[in-house]
Amino acid sequence: MKIHEYQGKEILRKFGVPVPQGSVAFSVDEAVAAAKSLGGSVWVVKAQIHAGGRGKGGGVKVAKSIEEVRQYATQILGMRLVTHQTGPEGKIVKRLLIEQGISIARELYLGITLDRVRSQNVVMASSEGGVEIEKIAAESPEKILKEAVNPTIGLRDFQARKLAFGLGLSGDALKNAVKFLQALYRAYEETDASLAEINPLVITTEGQVIALDAKMNFDDNALFRHPDILAMRDLDEEEPLEIEASKYNLNYIKLDGNVGCMVNGAGLAMGTMDIIKLAGGEPANFLDVGGGANVTTVSNGFKIILSDKNVKAVLINIFGGIVRCDRVANGVVEAAKNVHVTVPVVVRLEGTNAKEAREILANSGLNFAVASSLEDAAEKVTKAIRH
Amino acid sequence: MSILVNKKSRVVVQGITGGEGTFHTQQMIAYGTKIVAGVTPGKGGIQYNGNDEYPFKRPVPVFNTVADAVREEGADVSIIFVPAAFAAEAVMEAAEAGVQLIVTITEGIPIRDMVKVKEYLLRTGTRMIGPNCPGIITPGECKLGIMPGFIHRPGKVGIISRSGTLTYEAVWQVSELGMGQSTCIGIGGDPIIGTQFIDALKLFREDDATDAVIMIGEIGGSAEEEAADYVRKHFNKPVVGFIAGRTAPPGRRMGHAGAIISGGKGTAVEKMKAMKKAGIHVVESPAMIGRMVYSLVGKKSSKKTFVVSRGTAASRSKRKK
Repeated sequence: MKIHEYQGKEILRKFGVPVPQGSVAFSVDEAVAAAKSLGGSVWVVKAQIHAGGRGKGGGVKVAKSIEEVRQYATQILGMRLVTHQTGPEGKIVKRLLIEQGISIARELYLGITLDRVRSQNVVMASSEGGVEIEKIAAESPEKILKEAVNPTIGLRDFQARKLAFGLGLSGDALKNAVKFLQALYRAYEETDASLAEINPLVITTEGQVIALDAKMNFDDNALFRHPDILAMRDLDEEEPLEIEASKYNLNYIKLDGNVGCMVNGAGLAMGTMDIIKLAGGEPANFLDVGGGANVTTVSNGFKIILSDKNVKAVLINIFGGIVRCDRVANGVVEAAKNVHVTVPVVVRLEGTNAKEAREILANSGLNFAVASSLEDAAEKVTKAIRH
Repeated sequence: MSILVNKKSRVVVQGITGGEGTFHTQQMIAYGTKIVAGVTPGKGGIQYNGNDEYPFKRPVPVFNTVADAVREEGADVSIIFVPAAFAAEAVMEAAEAGVQLIVTITEGIPIRDMVKVKEYLLRTGTRMIGPNCPGIITPGECKLGIMPGFIHRPGKVGIISRSGTLTYEAVWQVSELGMGQSTCIGIGGDPIIGTQFIDALKLFREDDATDAVIMIGEIGGSAEEEAADYVRKHFNKPVVGFIAGRTAPPGRRMGHAGAIISGGKGTAVEKMKAMKKAGIHVVESPAMIGRMVYSLVGKKSSKKTFVVSRGTAASRSKRKK
């Protein structure tokens, strides 16, 4: 799960990670009030969306007066912010973070995430602050310092020192960086985060170490342990159809194509998308209906898929193992009657009682095309969209 | 021969009295798997017969701890159906009790728990398959998981896969073409798993009963690339590969917790490229998996009694290229 920058900073503050003073604003007036109560003479107005690259897209502005805060807040709130991570459609800005300005001496990078190869968390640091870590990794990987964390003993001070020395820090900045790293690791570990990225991490002219930006992602599997984090979910950032699907316990991801698909199992669902593309179509979605493809799940699946107006045909691909195909077929027939299905539907059922299942579909009186194999299914469905 | 499990495997089911545990234990017993014990803390001492909906063919003794099951029944393999919040604990208990192989079916275990489990298993030296996987099966001998048993046939094709139903698809294609499987391992769809492609390949390399291997990967991580490197350097049998998710958008988790393209890394195209470079027979479509294996070792592997040495299999695949 993703959260906003201001939410990430609230969490970090609780763990003793230094972050700039600031507060969230949902309106221009709130933004102005926030700036006034922060005091000082420089403020930063930051758009809050779940995507990086906000500065380049015009979503982050430095204001030198309260009037400028008002001007920028008016400009950014409600704007369609397009960054390299939002896609061309962009995202509407509905929240702002108003922060006090900071005198920056150096900008660095700090990140903690899971290293899948080592099966351990890894702390990454780089002197190239403000640059995307993927870019540094591709162009100058030697500039990324890494320390893997043994889960039994946690991040040790010597490791934090190694990173801080490696960044060229000394004196107060070094001591503060070690404290910062320990606090950040604690925040990452205790919240079941899957990513804690501070880019940039800044060293102020006074030698303070502060998280100027904060990006935190969390392990969905662990959210049951963190109701406070789950409460930070912002539904405005998610695709409405995906929210709808999650209510039915369906795993749905909307794509841009015109062939809807309904499959049991994530791997087979991806494989089905791939085979649609190979046959010359474009998949409209990923949808895993799980092991028990019954009347309810198939009906809900139809509802979700058909809410996407781009969908011109639907391919149902079920491998009936423990779930028998004849049961799935009855479910599909009943679901198609429940939900008013207007587009061609191609069904491919394989596995236990597949023959009986095909007869059920053929004799249903409904307009199903029954496919005999995966390839046949993909060809039938892409043919259907051409007619 | 086969790898990891066979008709001698003595299995303890952790979470045997739960809904999933009951249903799948019934299915495994029906297949012929030697289920010798179950564990549900607090229910030790009973003989479990399943429930009204899923009655067992024979009762299974239930113990409070895995250690008891190992001591009393000589269990050497554990399969776990414990809910996600408690699954990590169950794995560590099984490892501590001294079982040799742990198969974790449970989906949704927090990553933080798995990081600790993985470190712990290094200390005990226990092998784990999964989590978030369909399990492992040696057709005709031992079904240790949730896969439909009937689609498998004893034979000479080994299968390693990150996905469940896509594995069944491959198994089905292999069986339909008159071939069979030596052992099929679903290694799981999570970012942290106990047995990787490489680990399974090493075992298949040493298994005389395996003529060829099917490797089914998906987007996310770099396990397929590492496996490809291993195949290029050390593997001596034909490998057929497929990667799911060529059409998956970056940054989105495609059902499995581990199936995500992050920072432009872990794409299907990248993986397929690495595999092709290593001499793996990569198919573009999942519908082609069975036919590709058949074209490589079909004639040999459909005749179960006809054994050909490893050297022959390797040189033959070279000639094909």
